[in-house]
Amino acid sequence: MVTINGKNVDITVLTTIGNYLDENKFRRQRIAVELNGEILPKPAYDTTFFNDGDKIEIVSFVGGG
Amino acid sequence: MHKITKEYIQEALIERHGEAIQKKLNNGYVAIAGLGGLGSNVAFMLARLGVGHLHIIDFDKVDLTNLNRQQYLISHIGIYKTKALKEQLLQINPYLDITADCIKVTNDNIKILFANDDIICEAFDNAEAKSMLVNGILEYFPKKKLVCASGMAGYGSSNSIHTRKVGRNFYICGDEITDISKNQCLMAPRATLCAAHEANIIARLLLGEETA
Repeated sequence: MVTINGKNVDITVLTTIGNYLDENKFRRQRIAVELNGEILPKPAYDTTFFNDGDKIEIVSFVGGG
Repeated sequence: MHKITKEYIQEALIERHGEAIQKKLNNGYVAIAGLGGLGSNVAFMLARLGVGHLHIIDFDKVDLTNLNRQQYLISHIGIYKTKALKEQLLQINPYLDITADCIKVTNDNIKILFANDDIICEAFDNAEAKSMLVNGILEYFPKKKLVCASGMAGYGSSNSIHTRKVGRNFYICGDEITDISKNQCLMAPRATLCAAHEANIIARLLLGEETA
């Protein structure tokens, strides 16, 4: 079990955060991902696997300013 | 008219804000990246607070379509935003230390550009640029405070705009939903509301408050 944006999510198969982002249609160029309170650099998305108990915060940015 | 000295301005600010608060604001080092609807308004508010050290960054010039929400006047059209804004901020307080960088922020210059700032205010209009700056600051400067904005287009309810603490040193202001691409235009009231959220959390951080 991991927590993504405050919600408990069952990650049953071994998978990377990059896979999760793609499956859930996150646009990589418009997000920031914090893993257990630290920023996860974009190049690490595809090499970082979920661990039980991880807390992930995915911030999606929209345009305008 | 008497010359408005630095001491007079300090006295006036202290009369309004109190001495303990003003001393902390005087010592603030804040960068504002992007000087459009968010950044120009944030800069005005921080200058009025008397935040002592402002670092304003933008590569663009003022054009007529900016005037619907940005702190510029007809007389500024065609002038670089850094120059037009700095001139105005110095009309509010001529003794502020203002560093203006007329440059495009890229992943390659973040490390140098923001080295001397304690708080960074993300005020871009493009979602990819917001993501680039947020990722860069959190990766290169995890101890600096980062305030960013997302979602202020349209004329939806004012009450959907909020400030949220995302991480230890990372705050986001806006409704986090309303994109300019969904047939929503940018208008002065909600852009300014969101800018005020950014300015207020920056003031809170300078004054030692860390909750959103």
